[in-house]
Amino acid sequence: MAFIETKKLAFEYIRRDEEGNVEGITRAVDGVNLSVEQGSFISILGANGSGKSTLALHLNSLLHPTEGTVTVDGMDITDGSKSWDIRRTAGMVFQNPDNQIVGSIVEEDVAFGPENLGLTSGEIFKRVNGSLALTGMDAFKHKSPSALSGGQKQRLSIAGVLAMHPKCIIFDEATAMLDPEGRAEILSFVRELNRKQHITVIWITHFMEEAIDSDAVFVMDSGRIVLSGKPNAVFSQVEMLTNIGLRVPLATRLSYDLIKEGVPLNRGILDMESLAGELIRAKLNSN
Amino acid sequence: MIRDITLGQYYNTDSFLHRLDPRTKIIGTIVYLVTLFLYMNPYVYVFALLFLVLMIRKSNVPFKFMIRGLRGIAFIMIMTALINIFTVPGDTLFMIGSFPVAKQGVRVAVYMIFRLSFLIIGSSLLTLTTPPVRLTDGLERTFAFMKIFKVPVHDMAMMMSIALRFIPILIEETNIIMKAQLSRGADFESGSLLKRIKSLMPVIIPLFIGAFKKANDLADAMDARCYRGGVKRSRMNPLKYKKGDYAAYAMLVLYAAAIISLGIYAKYLPFGNDILGIGAK
Repeated sequence: MAFIETKKLAFEYIRRDEEGNVEGITRAVDGVNLSVEQGSFISILGANGSGKSTLALHLNSLLHPTEGTVTVDGMDITDGSKSWDIRRTAGMVFQNPDNQIVGSIVEEDVAFGPENLGLTSGEIFKRVNGSLALTGMDAFKHKSPSALSGGQKQRLSIAGVLAMHPKCIIFDEATAMLDPEGRAEILSFVRELNRKQHITVIWITHFMEEAIDSDAVFVMDSGRIVLSGKPNAVFSQVEMLTNIGLRVPLATRLSYDLIKEGVPLNRGILDMESLAGELIRAKLNSN
Repeated sequence: MIRDITLGQYYNTDSFLHRLDPRTKIIGTIVYLVTLFLYMNPYVYVFALLFLVLMIRKSNVPFKFMIRGLRGIAFIMIMTALINIFTVPGDTLFMIGSFPVAKQGVRVAVYMIFRLSFLIIGSSLLTLTTPPVRLTDGLERTFAFMKIFKVPVHDMAMMMSIALRFIPILIEETNIIMKAQLSRGADFESGSLLKRIKSLMPVIIPLFIGAFKKANDLADAMDARCYRGGVKRSRMNPLKYKKGDYAAYAMLVLYAAAIISLGIYAKYLPFGNDILGIGAK
């Protein structure tokens, strides 16, 4: 069994009027089959309202499926007795850094998770110092979170999750509120975590650029997975991606247009460097 | 004006008071507040003032920070004084229009002003020298005995610490919303009081919606980090009494004893009964 597995997962939000009568049902997630191997880095791409965040909340047992099953490290998320084990196995980093920091001091916030696990004071200290060192936040240990930049706040959120020693971290649009620099910095840090600490990463985003280096990409639209596979295979479907409201990276878009114009390039080019390489190759071949 | 209130603001430095266990400071503050309400005679108040000055010196917090707390409640103090001056019956001192002002009223008003100032400065000493997290920890432990009466002490302490954490965030958000509305021509400053209150609606509604959204997000984030109330929860820095705390408790007992003796025996001292020469009832 894969580390994280969803089978025919469906979730419905039910809207009710003031008397509690059902006004409408939104199927936010609809028949999703997902399987993630331990240690991999996968991306879930989708425009706003595609159901990717709803899916993410299931992986942490914060929502329970209307239909289908979800297992994390062999545990069924609907098993109430396991929900704490699931949450310490699969940590979660959310979009808004301010809304997920509980402590008024950096150190206290990192300690929040381990304290909830009921660890001894010595063990909590060790873990807090460990994750602050790992995220490069030790210098801010005694600072107030409000003194941090957006990128630093997200690092702090990651430190808070790492202190629970998770096997997997789900990033639900964790970079959406950061400036481009902060985004790049957090993403490269998370990749490093994935490579060096072998933490499984589920990276949820609507920026296609961020999904380029993933082991696998899943694209969601109106609650369904419409495309999945290796990044270059998925990214070569430029028309489909544009149709569901995603912004295709410039290099991919450009190479797609060039191919349409008859330039012999390989499909699924993801960045400017490989586009340049491809163009040189095409030029050499034509000579 | 929100920024003026020092209650709930921590002044980061090192001092005897900063190093004390929050429980010691909470109990100290409670005892101090109670002693303020026990007696109404000048000796007790002078002694309470001396004690307060000593504590301020021991806190290494600049005095202007405490005064800042007073500014916020100046209006309440003036109102209380006025109400007392005009409503307490007794020997008429003079008339303002057709309202008689009694000696006793002036006396109560004067005491009220001192009482409220000491009260605010005393309690802001607690929050100025205790980081919010330690403070709520201390409250949780001090009032832990109330769990037998089914009072959700842990939950209340957690709610307080979250409220304290979100105050600066919400203030900033209020500023942003106000500026956004101002830039679109909203007017918060002119017109009658009622009109000004009404004109705040476009600020309050988005602020509320934002606060609910934040609460939702935060609840998810806390759940995701295995929060399950006080059950099975441990602490990184469990509270432990140190030497200084025992010294502080000893001082506190001496202070309370001194206040009580002064309160009882002040009548044998000159002016012990009263500033204005009216016996306390």
